Amino acid sequence: MTAWFQSTFLGVELGWFVATLILILMIALPLMLAVAMIIYADRKIWAAMALRRGPNVVGPFGLLQSFADGLKVFLQETIIPSGANKILFLIAPIITFTVAQMAWAVIPFGSQQVLADINVGLLYILAISSLGVYGVVISGWASNSKYPFFSALRAAAQMISYEVSIGFVLISVVLMADSFNLSTIVLAQKGHVLGIINGFGFNPMLLPMAVVFLISAMAETARTPFDLTEAESELVAGYQTEYSSMSFALFWLGEYANVILMCALNAVLFWGGWLPPIDWAPLYVVPGMIWFFLKIGFFFFVFSWVKATVPRYRYDQLMRLGWKIFLPLSLFWVFLVSGFLMLTRYGA
Amino acid sequence: MMQIIAFYLFETILIASGALTILARNPVHSVLWLILAFFNAAGLMLLLGAEFIAMLLVIVYVGAVAVLFLFVVMMLDVDFAALRSGFVRYLPFGALLAVVLAAEMLFAVGSWQAGGVQLAGRIAPVHSAASNIQQIGELLYTRYIFLFEAAGIILLVAMIGAIVLTNRPRSGVRRQNVAAQNARRPKDATRLVNQPVGQGVEL
Repeated sequence: MTAWFQSTFLGVELGWFVATLILILMIALPLMLAVAMIIYADRKIWAAMALRRGPNVVGPFGLLQSFADGLKVFLQETIIPSGANKILFLIAPIITFTVAQMAWAVIPFGSQQVLADINVGLLYILAISSLGVYGVVISGWASNSKYPFFSALRAAAQMISYEVSIGFVLISVVLMADSFNLSTIVLAQKGHVLGIINGFGFNPMLLPMAVVFLISAMAETARTPFDLTEAESELVAGYQTEYSSMSFALFWLGEYANVILMCALNAVLFWGGWLPPIDWAPLYVVPGMIWFFLKIGFFFFVFSWVKATVPRYRYDQLMRLGWKIFLPLSLFWVFLVSGFLMLTRYGA
Repeated sequence: MMQIIAFYLFETILIASGALTILARNPVHSVLWLILAFFNAAGLMLLLGAEFIAMLLVIVYVGAVAVLFLFVVMMLDVDFAALRSGFVRYLPFGALLAVVLAAEMLFAVGSWQAGGVQLAGRIAPVHSAASNIQQIGELLYTRYIFLFEAAGIILLVAMIGAIVLTNRPRSGVRRQNVAAQNARRPKDATRLVNQPVGQGVEL
């Protein structure tokens, strides 16, 4: 597509620019639609587990509930507290929202179907996800209110703690795949186990890391059981307390875009991304994107399931899990994987 | 064309946010400008084709160091009026530092321009077609392995030092034993009693 635009009257550079813009929209707009649907799915799953009906009034099966909520929020008045730092108060949700979308640039949806096929893709995702904390911290500080500030401090400490173990998990995947490029990582998983099963997660050596990554992903996106940042019994609504209208909605959209991103990363890093689970020719008839979305959907179900069933952690338990269990475990696994590879792949 | 636009964009924002870091009245704003400066510096690195360094800059400085800065600055109640009152007193020292930095930069660029830096004498990457993670790795873990490990040991010592300096053992603190908590079962903690009516409970 980029080549086609470059061949038109736009020329090489402007053509690239226009094509990239269109590609960005092709990712960002469906992503927002996916967020709307996934909020609906979240509420439905959650309701089903609590033996309730969930949203069922707006549209068939309540499918349009998220859009109705969006419209409602859009029509509300934006309230800015008089004590707040106005500019930062309004910038904070924009940061959360933008950062949540930026990471999608390097996610491969299928073979060759990726916006930016850069060779430091995984580092890019780490870099972008480390930016996510600023939206929360700035909103907490700019609100000039106690509870948002507490929440911001909690969020910052929590995200930094779990990023460390996520980093080590990623390194063991990178060692196995021998690349930082996400497409290469996916392709390295082809027939990884016994020559027929696609996915590092099916390898018993990397399975524990897949579990650590899944749990860390929940902590990183501040989902239950790690939603200390918006623990309503202690902090009202955490860093979102003072927000209303669209600025509040942007936090929500960003948060759920992040959750889908983490589900996508789970699929890409451990469960073969756009490859079918088994390396068997008829399965490749199904487009790679469908496999990828199925995997994302599955992991989102796991996220919702955990949210519906597991009680919230205490803060000291959260820190203990991050620093005293996941960090040593993932660090040990880096040694284990690299030692294994030295003995096998690189021939001692 | 695109690269030139991107270069001037990053460069302008970098210089402006660098200046605003010093000029901002509010320390939190200062740190946020600093973060923007880091981010644009990473953009410049990308334009140079040093994508690995750019990502490291964002991960390490923006993702970790600046968050801690922000943490500290938000918690502290910095009185900037008091800080500014010492401006004249520290002016000579600041000017000296600026002159030293400017001179160093001049020498570096000057010797580069005069051909003092032998391009052939530099350590060339093992194979230049590889991505720059591979190139850096191949040099760092072969030729510079001792320096690399020395840097690691220095960081380790610094970390241990920081922990030792800030760790104050307190007495009389009830600590949690997580293993014991997890090993606890309902029958250890509860007791079923068929209590006869009219008699007191025995606890």
